[in-house]
Amino acid sequence: MADLTSSLQEATLEQAKELGLLPEEFEKIKQILGRTPNFTELSVYAVMWSEHCSYKNSITYLKKLPRKGKHLLVEAGEENAGLVDVGDGLACAFKIESHNHPSALEPYQGAATGVGGIHRDIFTMGARPICALNSLRFGDLKNDRTKYLLRGVVKGIGDYGNCFGVPTVAGEVYFDPIYQTNPLVNAMSVGIVKTNETVSAIAEGAGNPVYIVGSATGKDGIHGAAFASKDITADSVNDLPAVQVGDPFQEKLLLEASLEVIKTGAVVGMQDMGAAGITCSTSEMSAKGNAGMVIQLDKVPTRQSNMKPWEILLSESQERMLIVVKKGMEASVEAVFEKWDLHCAVIGEVNDSGILEYYMGETLVAKVPAESLVLGGGAPVYQREFSEPPYFEENKQFKIENVAEPKDLKAVAKVLVKSLNIASKKWVFTQYDSMVGVANTSINRPSDAAVVRVQQNSDKALAVTVDCNARYVWANPLVGGQIAVAEAARNIVCSGGDPSAITNCLNFGNPYNPHVYWQFVNALKGMSIACEALGTPVTGGNVSFYNQSTEGGAVFPTPTIGMIGLLNDWKDAMTLNFKNEGDAIYMLGTSRNDISSSEYLVKFHGIEKSSTPYFEMEEEMKLQQTVKKLIASKLIESAHDISEGGLFTTLLESAIVSDLGFDVNAAQNTNIRTDAWLFGESQSRVVVSVSKDKVEEFETLVKDLFPCEYLGTVTKGNLVVNGENFGASQEYKVQYDTALEEVLIG
Amino acid sequence: MKFGVVVFPGSNCDKDMLHVLGNVMGAQVREIFHKETSIDDFSEKDCIVLPGGFSYGDYLRTGAIARFSPVMNAIIEFANAGGKVLGICNGFQVLCESHLLPGALLRNNNMQYICKNVHLKVETNNTQFTALTQKGSVLEIPIAHGEGRFYCDEKTLQELYANDQVLFKYCDATGNYTEAANPNGSIDNIAGITNKTRNVFGMMPHPERASELAMNNTDGRILFESLLAKAAVV
Repeated sequence: MADLTSSLQEATLEQAKELGLLPEEFEKIKQILGRTPNFTELSVYAVMWSEHCSYKNSITYLKKLPRKGKHLLVEAGEENAGLVDVGDGLACAFKIESHNHPSALEPYQGAATGVGGIHRDIFTMGARPICALNSLRFGDLKNDRTKYLLRGVVKGIGDYGNCFGVPTVAGEVYFDPIYQTNPLVNAMSVGIVKTNETVSAIAEGAGNPVYIVGSATGKDGIHGAAFASKDITADSVNDLPAVQVGDPFQEKLLLEASLEVIKTGAVVGMQDMGAAGITCSTSEMSAKGNAGMVIQLDKVPTRQSNMKPWEILLSESQERMLIVVKKGMEASVEAVFEKWDLHCAVIGEVNDSGILEYYMGETLVAKVPAESLVLGGGAPVYQREFSEPPYFEENKQFKIENVAEPKDLKAVAKVLVKSLNIASKKWVFTQYDSMVGVANTSINRPSDAAVVRVQQNSDKALAVTVDCNARYVWANPLVGGQIAVAEAARNIVCSGGDPSAITNCLNFGNPYNPHVYWQFVNALKGMSIACEALGTPVTGGNVSFYNQSTEGGAVFPTPTIGMIGLLNDWKDAMTLNFKNEGDAIYMLGTSRNDISSSEYLVKFHGIEKSSTPYFEMEEEMKLQQTVKKLIASKLIESAHDISEGGLFTTLLESAIVSDLGFDVNAAQNTNIRTDAWLFGESQSRVVVSVSKDKVEEFETLVKDLFPCEYLGTVTKGNLVVNGENFGASQEYKVQYDTALEEVLIG
Repeated sequence: MKFGVVVFPGSNCDKDMLHVLGNVMGAQVREIFHKETSIDDFSEKDCIVLPGGFSYGDYLRTGAIARFSPVMNAIIEFANAGGKVLGICNGFQVLCESHLLPGALLRNNNMQYICKNVHLKVETNNTQFTALTQKGSVLEIPIAHGEGRFYCDEKTLQELYANDQVLFKYCDATGNYTEAANPNGSIDNIAGITNKTRNVFGMMPHPERASELAMNNTDGRILFESLLAKAAVV
């Protein structure tokens, strides 16, 4: 280490282990460098080779996910987020990411910075975020810690997103004791960019200056990526400094400035600073352009004095960007940041060496080859052992015959309407600004997926949704993985959209546990099957392992699917609510004697172990094609898919929005149990309503397309099932709307 | 008549307002950056809009820093000369902080941010902003704020009534001023007011979010139509 000052001591194996590296990884670093790294260099490798940045235990399988599709401009992994062609010279950049670990410790900042981080991933590509979604999972809400986490996460998402000024348009919230210690907080951003104004996260052109812009760098979030790459234990409280602090106002300025600076034509490449801070952005941008950089860490604007080189390198302070600028065009870039009152400092220069050299004043503090740090370059890749967990066989033993059918199904309905996985999440979503941007057309026109105009003066719209029933994935990862993708697509289709592509957030336990890894491998296999069948490639996302704790074990395998679909005109959107008294109600699909993994089975009977509900990919595809045709033919008044809580919940949700009721009857002479018909969750079913004058035409068309059961009619007032009055629609509405608040506030 | 929409750092409904005024209403409109010190291209028949958002992050107190923004001196002068100024949400907060409107906007009484549709009853149509409405009619317009609880002392409240300065009050769908219909605890359910000289208007709800078919709600449109129609008459 001739040119590294002798005052910097060689790092030790002990230090490497403390930073989360394996002994063989420490050896590999020594081989790459041809010497022992110093502590700063070791820190750089530790964070870049952490699970969070390197995807070392997942990349082999991620590469097997379908990545090609006719609408894709940028495939997974090529940029910060995938790009889908939406026509008219516009593209959609979208991505979902987890912020589980920080949210478990500090829910408010953890969730807030999750939102900030995912938006930055989108606007760093030049796209203006048009909407946000989120997927949240918590433990039992009766638990005080869960209440604290829910309040903190919701306020964090709200405060950040509301101030940043992007509407939160859709999401999901689940409660299950399995998430007691490890809540999941997944945030998704969707942005729109002109196809000729996209920016790449690349460094090239020797002599080009490297700028850091946005907030000053502080000591927050150091080793955040490493923290996210381990289990949560009693010692996790010591990791609190690993949680970052968000400033949505700075991010709003950074958004406007970043989009404005792109228009100057001076930007060669740009990357936001998320996990692993300056280390990650300098190495990934350099590796992508086969370039090197000389970086002066003392030129980085800092929040406190005397920050150590490795602290500056690893800080995960939010609201920062690294920009490589065309030499000679510095003034136009600086003028934009001056306008928005943001820091804008030259911290280095691009060269052709492929080497990253970090200086503090005159002192070279670290010197590492860029390629050796990154995914697809020198970062390690592992294939972990996996084996089928014993519970899987037990789940398959479940038989509906062993569950007695309750006499009073009305009582079941009353329990389910208040089940927190079914009841309205109004308390949550009224705290989010869902309307800013005047793009969300679903506020007064509810549908299974939110329908958002791509631009304020455009008819073209996107349907967006996040979905994952993690209990299904746990019950059988191969089938559950398919259902997650299929349900997302079904929601898009029921809203009048054409599914385009997905982003995924893969939340699993510890990958070194063979049972967890078995869930991971199989869930991805299931997702692949569904993505191939539905023509919706995976454009990107992230993997969050280590969602497990000493007491609670691993969370349900939770591959959250964020999907977008296209509508040529927002006016073509289909809504989920019944429209008129007297309209006919039909169910597309087949009733089955199936209550497996249903909310009904778990909450009413207390039975956790069963398999996934019935699902068959071919059938699902036919269903979706049928719904598309019915919407295009303008034959239906509403469409709402059957998911948690079964047919009854779907009917209820369609009815109460418009203060209507329903009168439905099960088909005669079947061997389907009434509880399975009403509350089972067998897949590939959609409830539609049809106005009286179109019934004949509807029946003629649907006959040749898909199985369809006539259920009854839309009424005013009561919910009537097989002649029995289940109660007033209004009463159910109150229960549905207030159940969550009741448990939360008591 | 033309409109100017002010962009403070942290404004986030500026683009919505520009879109609705320009694309939907077909009015002439330009953006005014907060660093502009002169707005001489606007005359008193024009209207300056302070949009919603989180000016300066709202980190001190909502609207408190924006009030000291370079452009605000020019806007206060403009208002004092009789020019029309409309503040929506954060813009209303800035107008109160600037003393162009009386009263203050405090944290919602449930201490939470609230985004939802609410009903408003028109209390007066004797302003250029409500001229086309029917007094007593009910509009459905969404709110989105954490600090929208209008408050003023008793004397000011009496003055507001005496001078017919209350524009809107929160009510239920049929026009009753109930406690349940008051989303934030505002005094007397007040949602919007005007100044004594009836050229400065402030309201917490967002009419620009209820002005086109794509939102499936056009109740807010009549307020912009009023401004444009009144200007046409003058």
